[in-house]
Amino acid sequence: MSGRPVVAVVVFPGSNDDRDAAWALGAVGADPVLVWHGESELPPATGAVVLPGGFSYGDYLRCGAIASLAPAMDAVRTFAERGGPVLGICNGFQILCEAKLLPGTLRPNRQLEFVCADATLRVERSPTLFLSRCDPGQELVIPVKHGEGAWYVDDGQFMRLVARGQIALRYTEDVNGSLGGVAAVTNESGNVMGLMPHPEHAVDPLLGSADGGLLLAALVDAAAKHSLVTA
Amino acid sequence: MKATVLVRPKQGILDPQGEAIEGSLRKLGFEVSQVRVGRVIDLELDAEGPNHARMQVERMCSELLANPLIESVLIRLEES
Repeated sequence: MSGRPVVAVVVFPGSNDDRDAAWALGAVGADPVLVWHGESELPPATGAVVLPGGFSYGDYLRCGAIASLAPAMDAVRTFAERGGPVLGICNGFQILCEAKLLPGTLRPNRQLEFVCADATLRVERSPTLFLSRCDPGQELVIPVKHGEGAWYVDDGQFMRLVARGQIALRYTEDVNGSLGGVAAVTNESGNVMGLMPHPEHAVDPLLGSADGGLLLAALVDAAAKHSLVTA
Repeated sequence: MKATVLVRPKQGILDPQGEAIEGSLRKLGFEVSQVRVGRVIDLELDAEGPNHARMQVERMCSELLANPLIESVLIRLEES
């Protein structure tokens, strides 16, 4: 599929949304490539990386802790440091926090229950590339399904993240006890984002919402630009 | 050398698992005022004496075994 930007989807033992993510990325114009976590390099011409949802290593120790040390994560770290767009969805968000590519950590849901529902998210004022197709204040409906999605940082860091525009999306209602209702957070340069909701499950109105496609299409836009820069 | 690492949620960090267990203990008639749940990691390692062992285990904690943002650790060492 020449002309389409390559988006690498890293597959860990226990990932289960990898194929959904690949399908959805294909639907918004990417050439998705599944990459096994044992690989130490990303495919040539990779324009963006997605860490999919699931239960890598059975959530042993802490969600995402073991996966954050996979060989592929060294390659993802290098890719991110060079400005490459990286999106972590659900377990992928947890992995990015454990890898310290994103601030904070994800704790068990406040209500101690697995939550599986459509969530309404408000787009925050953030310069991140992932919101290039959204407007501040816009509401997106994207499903969540997780047991450990209560994002947490200490108060001082939270204020700094807010001031720097690193909070990208917030739940309009309390979904899991996440600090400040945060659903998505970015790194300081805005090229790495993690979110608990699943945009790959919201790319077709037939399934309830296509709002997730806005985030994924923004990723694909950025992937195309990044491929040009690094080509 | 044997090491025991106690990993616990820091003071002030929400521990819903502990709260759920506390509720169940109350249901059983026990008068508990707080329950916090952590984990124990037992490990055996080669080390040149207790100081070296402690340094190694501290590094293990900061690199993998615990998340310093939300967890505190207590390390106990004994000769195996």
